[in-house]
Amino acid sequence: MTKTILEMRGITKTFPGVKALSDVNLDVREGEIHAICGENGAGKSTLMKVLSGVYPSGSYEGQIVYKGEEQHFKSISDSEHKGIVIIHQELALVPLLSIAENIFLGNEQAKGGVIDWDETRDGARKLLKMVGLNEDPDTLITNIGVGKQQLVEIAKALSKQVQLLILDEPTASLSEKDSQALIDLLLEFKTQGITSIIISHKLNEISRVADRVTVIRDGRAIETMDTQDITEDRIITSMVGRSLDDRYPARTPQVGDVVFEVRNWNVYHPQHRERQIIRDVSINLRKGEVVGIAGLMGSGRTEFAMSVFGKSYGQKISGEVFVNGQKIDTSTVDKAIRNGIAYATEDRKTYGLNLIDHIKHNTTIANLIGVSKWGVIDDLAELDAANDYRKKTNIRSSSVYQVVGNLSGGNQQKVVLSKWLYANPDVLILDEPTRGIDVGAKYEIYTIINQLAAQGKAILVISSEMPELLGITDRLYVMNEGRIAGEMPTSEASQEKIMRSIVRAEGKAS
Amino acid sequence: MTTETASTGPGAAAQPTQSHELSLVGALRANMRDYGLLLALILIMLFFQYFTNGVLFKPVNLTNIILQNSYIIVMSLGMLLVIVAGHIDLSVGSVSGFVGALAAMLMVGWDFPPELAFLAHPLIAGAICLVVGAAIGAAQGYIIAYHRVPAFIVTLAGMLIFKGLSLAILAGKSVGPFPAEFQMLSAGFIPDVIGPTTLPWLAENGQNVVLHTTTMVIAILAIVGMAFSSIRTRARRKARGYDVEPFSLFVIKNVVIAALVLFFAYMLASYRGLPNVLVVMGVLIAVFVFLTKRMTFGRRIYALGGNLKAAALSGIKTERTTFYIFAIMGALAALAGMIYAARLNSATPKAGQGLELDVIAAVFIGGASALGGVGQVAGAVIGAFIMGVMNNGMSIMGVNIDWQQMIKGVVLLAAVFFDLYNKNRSA
Repeated sequence: MTKTILEMRGITKTFPGVKALSDVNLDVREGEIHAICGENGAGKSTLMKVLSGVYPSGSYEGQIVYKGEEQHFKSISDSEHKGIVIIHQELALVPLLSIAENIFLGNEQAKGGVIDWDETRDGARKLLKMVGLNEDPDTLITNIGVGKQQLVEIAKALSKQVQLLILDEPTASLSEKDSQALIDLLLEFKTQGITSIIISHKLNEISRVADRVTVIRDGRAIETMDTQDITEDRIITSMVGRSLDDRYPARTPQVGDVVFEVRNWNVYHPQHRERQIIRDVSINLRKGEVVGIAGLMGSGRTEFAMSVFGKSYGQKISGEVFVNGQKIDTSTVDKAIRNGIAYATEDRKTYGLNLIDHIKHNTTIANLIGVSKWGVIDDLAELDAANDYRKKTNIRSSSVYQVVGNLSGGNQQKVVLSKWLYANPDVLILDEPTRGIDVGAKYEIYTIINQLAAQGKAILVISSEMPELLGITDRLYVMNEGRIAGEMPTSEASQEKIMRSIVRAEGKAS
Repeated sequence: MTTETASTGPGAAAQPTQSHELSLVGALRANMRDYGLLLALILIMLFFQYFTNGVLFKPVNLTNIILQNSYIIVMSLGMLLVIVAGHIDLSVGSVSGFVGALAAMLMVGWDFPPELAFLAHPLIAGAICLVVGAAIGAAQGYIIAYHRVPAFIVTLAGMLIFKGLSLAILAGKSVGPFPAEFQMLSAGFIPDVIGPTTLPWLAENGQNVVLHTTTMVIAILAIVGMAFSSIRTRARRKARGYDVEPFSLFVIKNVVIAALVLFFAYMLASYRGLPNVLVVMGVLIAVFVFLTKRMTFGRRIYALGGNLKAAALSGIKTERTTFYIFAIMGALAALAGMIYAARLNSATPKAGQGLELDVIAAVFIGGASALGGVGQVAGAVIGAFIMGVMNNGMSIMGVNIDWQQMIKGVVLLAAVFFDLYNKNRSA
């Protein structure tokens, strides 16, 4: 029986409007690889942020005991000081600094404030060797791929004498080969006595590498499984916790004629002219139909949607867009909206909402014409519209004058929906419509989607959550590396089938 | 879901069909910021009234405060738009100086051949100056909006360029005096078409108080107009089933505003009446309040200042909007430059230098956010008056210029600090 290195007891963390974690217990044994599983928004990342001091001691309830002592981390540097290093989903590297500079960022090899460059390079080279990365330490981060950047992050962690390494979705954006290398590296570290916590969606990886698995659902730790019990099925059952039927409102699709069609769509990377991001994509949507686009992160789904929506992404865009059989001009966002297309972004805080303004102004901003005459806004008409959509989308707020930044994620998403519903489009593109919002709010969003479809709108849903796509769509496109890799009616689709068509496409591409 | 419903209850999402009056305390708290700033201005004025032994509120001095700050206020209207959009304009001082110089050269400096002599006419020259100002603003705005060079750098360059240009066209000398018609812009008062009213019962030291009757009539008409419009707005809101502020607060607010307007009108009327420049300013302030509060153009400025990417993805033409903002700023800087030159009655190479900082300070004291998306026209105007009253009051008290600078700096810092402190506390 190995001893426990970390124990988290009764962790509760509340955000305005949402209880992200409630009474979570976690114990991690020295030298093990401990996996944490759960759906998006279950609270995995929040738990790790509590552990690493991103949320300082005092902003949550509960105890953290590390190496037998209770800890009160006030910041990341406090936890790093004790050998706990977290590597986030979004890498925290400075793109225009070199590998060596990044590895020792904040921990410079210096005497009296003067950097010793020989020491820095030698140290970096040693660490790079440990993580199996064969690159010159002077190479700039921006010039290496995501997989290698991940390894630089790990090298950086090693330079801080890491004893407990936390990896948040480390393989989410990596290719199969890079993921494999990373997993091997973790196993290698295990033999050196480094404890790892790995958060991942990839259940096949977890069942291979993890010694124990803790499943978190809706902010609660459901159970911790030992090696002999770990199977993918067991994890899924525990993660979902209820049958799929309850999670998606029922509907009877009434599908009409094609209202939206994109033909031969090609897009190139906004900075690298020669890199093609979208290749010959053609899709169509019918009236009253909910269509999904499945695919891995980085498969080009968002890029496709944004390039169709007023050329908001990429360059050298070619292809044709038809709405109701008419070829339309989508060269600016304004024209796309006026031609009946709406796009609700995957990142509502950065691209979707004016967080410092209130619900009313956010609701009408994409269709100010609707509440104004000769450029003058009719205040009461605007108030009517905002109240109307607040009711329709069931936004929970004190009034339409509540500042959007203070709403919970689910309610913010409903404001985004209100904004696009008020623009009255024929075609609604929803990019990750339920990312980071809790289960109840998800159900409400699905209900709204169903109502829109019943009203005859065509809806395109982009989602990384396959169960969601299977639960709410009528038809699916599978996208991989900028191409449509498959199309199937949802009734015939399954997670395996989707994955198979992705893998088949990969085989063809390489 | 349970956590969300618990806080508001199931009925909270329903649209109110019955109009309610909000509680007095709640309504006061909601408008604390707006009232607070006006209250600060009044307190500062009372403070100086006391320490200047009653000089501050003398009719001649109040008139002076308006004349002295008119060009700052005119520019602060444009600067408000610029700052709300998340930009900055450092060139306005130099541009106003340059346009003042251009006005001087057009009207008195250059000898035009007879067929072009019409260019020297004050109205024509004034129009040319406004167009030139707008063009300068548009040129800077074009580079900022369409080529994405930061406004700080573009307008810093503009500041140097136009500082140099005014030196160049004035050949280093002061040029003046201006034709009398042009001087009227800053030195003139509206004519008393009705004729003076004498109030013998207010006689002081044997001197009768003689009122500029037209000024009083305009003030009373303005008060009646404002009262009528706010009563109508309140009735319309009520009829549509929306909450309105408590009746007591509504009455108090309108009475207080009416009393203030009447008081200042009386003060101005007992000197020489409404200055021309105050009429220009008043119209501009009204236009900009309407533009920011009621027009789609104004709404788009707040949207792009609050979140540029979200605004662009909502179909707002962010580049074009930014371009217009800087063009408007340029035209206002030109107007301010003419007011300044007309006031001094000559254009000097140093005119306008450093004004941009006063203008920017006024907007920030008025509650605008340096991050964009937040700010009100009324705030900027009050902010400009706070600075102006402090300048005036400290000068009368005989405070040295070195101390004046330091005190103004502290007030700017304190105002913004207090504002952020309040925001963090309420969040």
